[in-house]
Amino acid sequence: MSEPSDTAGYNFAYLDEQTKRMIRRAILKAVAIPGYQVPFGGREMPMPHGWGTGGIQVTASIIGRDDTLKVIDQGADDTTNAVSIRSFFAKTTGVATTARTEEASVIQTRHRFPEKPLRADQILVFQVPIPEPLRWLEPRESETRKMHALGEYGIMHVRLYEDIALLGRIATAYDYPVRVNDRYIMRPSPIPKFDNPKLDNNPALLLFGAGREKRIYAVPPFTKVKSLDFDDHPFEVQTWDHACTLCGARDSFLDEIVTDDLGTRMYACSDTDYCADRREAAPQTVDASEAAE
Amino acid sequence: MTSDRPLLNVQNVSHYYGDRAGCLDVSVDLWPGEIIGIVGESGSGKTTLLNCLSARLQPTAGRIFYDQRHRGLVDLYALSEAERRFLIRTDWGMVHQNPRDGLRLGVTAGANIGERLMAVGERHYGQIRDKALDWLGRVEIDTARIDDLPQTFSGGMQQRLQIARNLVTGPRLVFMDEPTGGLDVSVQARLLDLLRGLVTRLHLSVVLVTHDLAVVRLLAHRLMVMQRGRVVESGLTDQVLDDPQHRYTQLLVSSVLQA
Repeated sequence: MSEPSDTAGYNFAYLDEQTKRMIRRAILKAVAIPGYQVPFGGREMPMPHGWGTGGIQVTASIIGRDDTLKVIDQGADDTTNAVSIRSFFAKTTGVATTARTEEASVIQTRHRFPEKPLRADQILVFQVPIPEPLRWLEPRESETRKMHALGEYGIMHVRLYEDIALLGRIATAYDYPVRVNDRYIMRPSPIPKFDNPKLDNNPALLLFGAGREKRIYAVPPFTKVKSLDFDDHPFEVQTWDHACTLCGARDSFLDEIVTDDLGTRMYACSDTDYCADRREAAPQTVDASEAAE
Repeated sequence: MTSDRPLLNVQNVSHYYGDRAGCLDVSVDLWPGEIIGIVGESGSGKTTLLNCLSARLQPTAGRIFYDQRHRGLVDLYALSEAERRFLIRTDWGMVHQNPRDGLRLGVTAGANIGERLMAVGERHYGQIRDKALDWLGRVEIDTARIDDLPQTFSGGMQQRLQIARNLVTGPRLVFMDEPTGGLDVSVQARLLDLLRGLVTRLHLSVVLVTHDLAVVRLLAHRLMVMQRGRVVESGLTDQVLDDPQHRYTQLLVSSVLQA
């Protein structure tokens, strides 16, 4: 059963075959019950919890020799976390890696959803720090499981109520709770709420792995995902008064970057692949005067 | 309101912890709009009985029926857990002795009152807010404190907030476990006054557990005296307190300190 290793001493994709089968069973169950957190026997990985061990175990279980892997961290392909995970899989599987969203068949991500639309033959794997959406209000795991089972979700709105009462608007800006397929409430991992609409009815399979808490959940392709809100305070995403300084995009999620000690700021796409493509296609779309506004 | 049948019908309820009895062979009917007091010393089984009645502790023997809206008498412990929990958070209220057990101390007063509304599907912030303000007024808490944490409230205010939080969904039956315990006498008097007004106006039925005979005399229509898990005497409150028949009740009544 065991496949030959690409690097001496490692099984293909690091995990042993029995572990991968166990995780695949958890993934199948997660896909069958959208938004439901499936417990799995999380393994120790050669890196600390919090570095994406959940996502890595999911990726290791679904990746095959013909796959092309892309790894992003906060939208960027060139940050420490992304580079480390990409080279980990390059070393233990020998699969091709890419920074281009449209070329990848498996994308592992931390804190962002790629700007380019995904296709039905792609899988997006999220790294999840805390999978339980009810944790903030109910510390007992036995109780939260019961609340999920019975669909007792009124308490979730208490959190949104508090935001409006204290801050005048729903201030939750990331990890914004959603209801999947009109049933389970789910944390979409700490993606900005800007990305929440992309979860809805997406053609790609979305898998979520929480390594420390040992939970896997999923949003199957073309599944309804609704962000929680109030009738008189509907869900809204962030907007910016600026365009990306580098590519001029006004439709992407922007990072605010302080460039000197005087507080000068620039705004740039957090999705580096999206930004690079736009610059390639139409160089110099923004002149310096607009960029500095 | 029709009252041709009891709201709560309790038949021979017993609960054992191992081979030790918590409460033994208790039968009682609670009618709509009626307040029943349960008194007795510590360890007499008051709280065990209350937990059985409020569907939080399955009795070892006996049955409890509740007259559910649009459905008629249902056996509490034959309901599915989902139905039972729905009943508890809509048609019932529970006022704990310690507000910490009944409030969410980490969220504001308004959210505490609004939680039950959101739990039954209210999704309009403005309406939730209006109801929370209305209820703060009704329990005599300054409405300007709607966005304060209950942690910053005095003991009496916390207790009143707990009552508002329970009554906002218009329950028919409220369980109270020593609602005035730990409050000083003037605050107690104000709370009792408030409770008496609310109970009459809203036509609530109440099961009130306390060891304070003054509280039951003010609030309860009927009284059950418990000793070692058994109901040793029951009847109209004034009758039981003014003319106690059972030796233990006589002892209890004569033990009250006269101010």
